[in-house]
Amino acid sequence: MLKIDNLHASVEDKAILKGINLEVKAGEVHAIMGPNGSGKSTLASVIAGREDYEVEEGEIILEGENIDELAAEERAHKGIFLSFQYPVEIPGVSVTNFMKTAINETRKAKGLEEMPANEMLKLIREKSELLEIDRKFLSRSLNEGFSGGEKKRNEIFQMAMLEPKLAILDETDSGLDIDALRIVANGVNKLKSKDNAVIVITHYQRLLDYIVPDYVHVLHNGRIVKSGPKELAHELEEKGYDWIKEEVGA
Amino acid sequence: MELKDKLVSSFFAFEDHLEDASPIHDIRNEAIKTFEQKGFPTKKEEAWKYTSLNSVLKHDYSLFPKTENAIEYKDIKPYLIHDIDSYKIIFIDGKYSSHLSQTTHDGIDVCLMSAALAKPKYRLVIENYFNKAATKDSLPSLNTAFSSEGAYIHIPKNKLVEKPIQIVHFSTGNEAALMLQPRNLIVVDENSHVQIIERHQSLTDNPVLTNSVTEIFANKRAIADYYKIQNDNQNASLIDNTFIKQKQESHVSVHTFSFGGKLTRNNLNFYQNGERIDSTLKGITIIGDKQHVDHNTLVHHIEPNCESHQDYKGIFGDSATGVFNGQVVVEKEAQKTNAYQSNNNILVSDKATINSKPQLEIFADDVKCSHGCTIGQLDESAMFYMRSRGIPEKEARALLMYAFSNNVLNSVKIPEIKQRITKLIAKKLGVNIGFDL
Repeated sequence: MLKIDNLHASVEDKAILKGINLEVKAGEVHAIMGPNGSGKSTLASVIAGREDYEVEEGEIILEGENIDELAAEERAHKGIFLSFQYPVEIPGVSVTNFMKTAINETRKAKGLEEMPANEMLKLIREKSELLEIDRKFLSRSLNEGFSGGEKKRNEIFQMAMLEPKLAILDETDSGLDIDALRIVANGVNKLKSKDNAVIVITHYQRLLDYIVPDYVHVLHNGRIVKSGPKELAHELEEKGYDWIKEEVGA
Repeated sequence: MELKDKLVSSFFAFEDHLEDASPIHDIRNEAIKTFEQKGFPTKKEEAWKYTSLNSVLKHDYSLFPKTENAIEYKDIKPYLIHDIDSYKIIFIDGKYSSHLSQTTHDGIDVCLMSAALAKPKYRLVIENYFNKAATKDSLPSLNTAFSSEGAYIHIPKNKLVEKPIQIVHFSTGNEAALMLQPRNLIVVDENSHVQIIERHQSLTDNPVLTNSVTEIFANKRAIADYYKIQNDNQNASLIDNTFIKQKQESHVSVHTFSFGGKLTRNNLNFYQNGERIDSTLKGITIIGDKQHVDHNTLVHHIEPNCESHQDYKGIFGDSATGVFNGQVVVEKEAQKTNAYQSNNNILVSDKATINSKPQLEIFADDVKCSHGCTIGQLDESAMFYMRSRGIPEKEARALLMYAFSNNVLNSVKIPEIKQRITKLIAKKLGVNIGFDL
């Protein structure tokens, strides 16, 4: 599904990613862990197509197609979804209207008709139930005045609505209490199938108790320095990141 | 001949053919003297520092169009809020069109200024209200001198006027260049409520200059909601002079939607004469090309316990220029005043300009007055957020701009107007907003 080959990226001439190699197959869950400043969020943003980052070298291949030159919306149309670490507040646009616009623009890009209103309502109802979201919440301005947990739940609600092929969850667990964490993880697990893939970016291991990864990668200083099975996450939780730094630094 | 000289010299011929017994005969004569003495305002005056009238005064305007143009309903329908039942006062090239209008005398007076000036039964109202709110500045004076036609609306006490009133001025292009000076008088008596929509629309590209004066009197506990839709052709310019006098516990709101025209100047003045008065001034300006929109507002708090709410949003593209000059005066006696003013702007192009100038003059010591002004670009992280959900750049930009101006629409009480303005915004931004309200 996704193949990242020797990816180098920088922001304002500061190199952040220094040769990332990663392959994610359909049906897989990959966790990317690492200390602060290792480049985790940058990697997520670069895959999603944020223009502030300059890709210096390497390529990102989605289902055999190089997407380096595609705009963020085109990547979204091809099935990439990024759950933001800090979802942006957009006063004046309701959650419902935002989702209607996003879904219909995606359909338009695929040459499909707009989704009929009743179908849209049904979809919204179904997915909001999945994430245990109150209907009243949907008419509020997007993320405006939402608590940290509400913002993250809303991100996964959007993911459920858009049904992406590749979902990247950037620090989705931060700011979540245990109940919200369970709801969010349950939502992600229900959306998982053999045809899609998930990349979970996290600093801590606790989310990975709920969304169980097939592979764990450790990102340090812009490179994946260690990969392993899910047990690697536990090891990191116990021992911290310093031993990795030492191992790599040596 | 300079426009000023042309106006002054044609005044006497104009006054001559009106009846000498006109109740405003002396007022007109006084006004033309004031205009002659002051002339058109120039950039040397503080209130006109950022708006030059030079480019609109250069045309040889016809002042009294003779020919009547056969305009049918279908020609003007797009410019009316036609999906609601309403009273209509329609003018074509400054002349009242009876077949396009729908006026009434059934319990309320929704009719013409010319009739009100001519008929004895309106004399008392004219004497009590006409020119009692307008200032003696040069442009209102010029309008006063030539005032003969416009809307006359008198709502006696305890009337809730359910149908909004639309006042629309069309110019047909019959004249190579046309100057219009409509004069509206609106009196809302105790406990009454009226909603008014005003629009000026040129049907061709011929230059039009409108210098309009509207006086609104809201008596005790009266409510008046006024909507100005300014979306005229690129060669049409508008100087709107609106004066509002409010008595105790009255609520008056004016929403100004400025999307079109070459040069638009809104002089909007509120005078509060009583306690617990509420004044609302809101505006959305979205312009591009070389368009110019200037909002010059005044709220004069004279008595205690009153409120005013000002919220103006502007989006400026290309080489467009905007001005916001918001003056709030709180007199010494006006304790417990709550005055709020906000002016937020987005510049979409490097060549666009906005001059924003809040002017607070507070003489009372126990008041709550706030003002804020921002000038910025669109939030890039919001853009990326939307695009990452599959919303293309252009639509994302439009959605953000729509969202930016949206809270101004929240206070619009007529849903059809809200819808119409949303559509105009979408059209102005060049996209389909993609959802209903």
